[in-house]
Amino acid sequence: MTSMTTAPRPVASPAKTPSGMKGVTFQVRDLNLYYGKEQALKGINLDIPRHKVTAFIGPSGCGKSTLLRCFNRMNDLVDVCRVEGKILLDGDDIYARGVDVAELRRKVGMVFQKPNPFPKSIYENVAYGLRLQGVNNKAVLDEVVERSLRGAALWDEVKDRLGDNAFGLSGGQQQRLVIARAIAIEPEVILLDEPASALDPISTLKIEELINELKNQYTILIVTHNMQQAARVSDYTAFMYLGDLVEYDETDKIFTEPEKKQTEDYITGRYG
Amino acid sequence: MRGLSHFYPSEIVEFQVGDPELGLGRMVMGEHVRSETIPVPVARDAGIAVPPELDSDDLVVRHLIKQGNRDVTGQDFAWYAELQMSEWQAPPDAMRLERREWGDFYGYALRVLEGGEVVAEGEGLWEELQSRVERANTLFRELRRIERNDVGVISAEMEELRLRERALQRDPDIEPDALRAQLDQIQDRQAILDQEFQTLRGEIDILRRELYRDTLVATVTGGQEVQIRIGDIVRAVQPNSLSLTAKAVEYVQQFWAFVSGEPREANTAGGIFPAIFGTVTMVLLMSMIVSPFGVLAAIYLREYATQGPLLRLIRISVYNLAGVPSIVYGVFGLGFFIYTMGGSIDQLFYSERLPSPTFGSPALIWASLTLALLTLPVVIVSTEEGLARIPSSVRHGSLALGATKSETLWKVVVPLATPAMMTGMILAIARAAGEVAPLMLVGVVKLAPTLPVDSTFPFIHLERQIMHLGFHIYDVGFQSPNVEAARPLVYATALVLVILIIVLNLTAISIRNRLRERYRAASD
Repeated sequence: MTSMTTAPRPVASPAKTPSGMKGVTFQVRDLNLYYGKEQALKGINLDIPRHKVTAFIGPSGCGKSTLLRCFNRMNDLVDVCRVEGKILLDGDDIYARGVDVAELRRKVGMVFQKPNPFPKSIYENVAYGLRLQGVNNKAVLDEVVERSLRGAALWDEVKDRLGDNAFGLSGGQQQRLVIARAIAIEPEVILLDEPASALDPISTLKIEELINELKNQYTILIVTHNMQQAARVSDYTAFMYLGDLVEYDETDKIFTEPEKKQTEDYITGRYG
Repeated sequence: MRGLSHFYPSEIVEFQVGDPELGLGRMVMGEHVRSETIPVPVARDAGIAVPPELDSDDLVVRHLIKQGNRDVTGQDFAWYAELQMSEWQAPPDAMRLERREWGDFYGYALRVLEGGEVVAEGEGLWEELQSRVERANTLFRELRRIERNDVGVISAEMEELRLRERALQRDPDIEPDALRAQLDQIQDRQAILDQEFQTLRGEIDILRRELYRDTLVATVTGGQEVQIRIGDIVRAVQPNSLSLTAKAVEYVQQFWAFVSGEPREANTAGGIFPAIFGTVTMVLLMSMIVSPFGVLAAIYLREYATQGPLLRLIRISVYNLAGVPSIVYGVFGLGFFIYTMGGSIDQLFYSERLPSPTFGSPALIWASLTLALLTLPVVIVSTEEGLARIPSSVRHGSLALGATKSETLWKVVVPLATPAMMTGMILAIARAAGEVAPLMLVGVVKLAPTLPVDSTFPFIHLERQIMHLGFHIYDVGFQSPNVEAARPLVYATALVLVILIIVLNLTAISIRNRLRERYRAASD
């Protein structure tokens, strides 16, 4: 939380940048996070590749969700939370003074573990973000709503009942609606916090297919408990343990020949 | 139940009373109200001639008869001991007249006179009487309308002109020429209004003459002839000859007249419409005042204020306000709202009317404000609870889309909390509609000459006093000069008040349920 940073600067500890990475969206530098006196994240350094899916895995309480929430500053909502270090989004520190958090969250969308549609119609749920930005033109909204719902693979299921309350949808549909809502404002990044953990296997499959589609346009960060899911959907995987980033590399490498013993133990199910 | 049964046309009975030794004498006619059994000594004390062979352990039965005819007999309710009366008869042509003054009349119709000439007698008399009563009622309503509206409009403008004149004369800065010109203008207008008023007076006189054109000659039981102006009759019924359906129709008409009519004779007869209207207006106004304040206060307390000892203190104070006796609110309303706020308003805006107060006296607006204050804690508490129940995931969803805190609050959280707010409103309405004690101090009166809403500008007169069902019950029940006549009205008014509160509550509950249905899944 120091001065404004305009360009990435070399840092003391080497960032973990897996090989073969082209564009970089986020650069996390020396990130420490405290809940009161307790340290939840310890000196995290990593780069997030553009238009790829990066998965965070690790046992419960390892800090992966906390780290995810750092990318759109949702941790600000926790009173006792304190952040040190930097996260650069396209070179700009999102924790710098004077950053408009609402603006940041428009660029970095988020989907939560439990579907959380608003008490509005399906249409208004998707249009919500645009309306916040002052877009009220019916034609524009119609177009964006359709495109977003198509993008979230929900259009065919709901096109005849856009005016219905969003609570009438099934859990899986609600989660895709929430994703449509997130992509309606055209963010750069989508953060997914265990997006399929509350869903049945078929809905989970649909969400995973959707993630595969979306990564062409968006940088996706996903937190998951499900190792198979991480292996299926992600290009890069970060393994975290007790607030430390243990290992970060291409998913294939992590799952086939991890460098660290801890990672191997976790992936093979010896603890977690 | 007693409130309901009052409107059913009961049988008119006729019998003779007198000393059994000396033979029966006087005829009595009326409706049986109730009976009671009393010991002989009590009966003797009450002046009933009890035969000497009965000793003090024996009981006698007496009946309360509503005999009406207050102008003839002087007493419209009387007790008669059973051992003094003959067999009860129910003459089919016995009639009851509901009159605008002197209460009900019981007797037999003889003939109808128009300008002293007999127009109907014997056969066809009853139909003729009914049609003439109908005509008189139409004329009476027309007369009332002219007196209320047209004359009201003129006198309101006259008053306005008078005040302007006074204000002009007091104004020290005005040029003498301008003053004269304006005063002339006012006088011209006054002359026109005066002219209009005279025209109306003429109309009223004609109507009044028309109204009292016809006379009914009737006999009271026992044979005495009485003349009754048909213009004084509200309705005429022969209950003994009515069929069951006719009685039911009569019942509905009577009940409707009660609910929609104006009170007469110191509230012991007639309807309660002004009280219903006053209660509803006051409760609605109160809801309009209390809901924004309560909701905003709750949102501030829950969402914006820094949680800490001070906030806890404020919250405890708010909760405790709910436990303050309502009369204390009445005193506060009188002292603060009426004398301080109302007085200041009068000083600032209505100084030309002083010393007679405009807002500085009990009024609808102050009654509503006092009740709003009284119900504020209820609304705050339930809104706060509603806000606390909104899952944080929904808030986070909105924030994650780039909404600010206030956008999230107004577009997502508050709509979700509306069912809880409605619950608060329901409780507030239930409490406010039944409250009497504070209202007696801040704006409710026994008899309000006008409704708070009418056709003269500004249509809703917040400075007027109102009638209120709760106070009406108290007034009719305990302040009435004619206890027996008032008794059924007390029951009926209480019933209407309860129904009104139920209706208000059901409306609020159905709105809440609809909202809850809409937001059901979110609060799971």
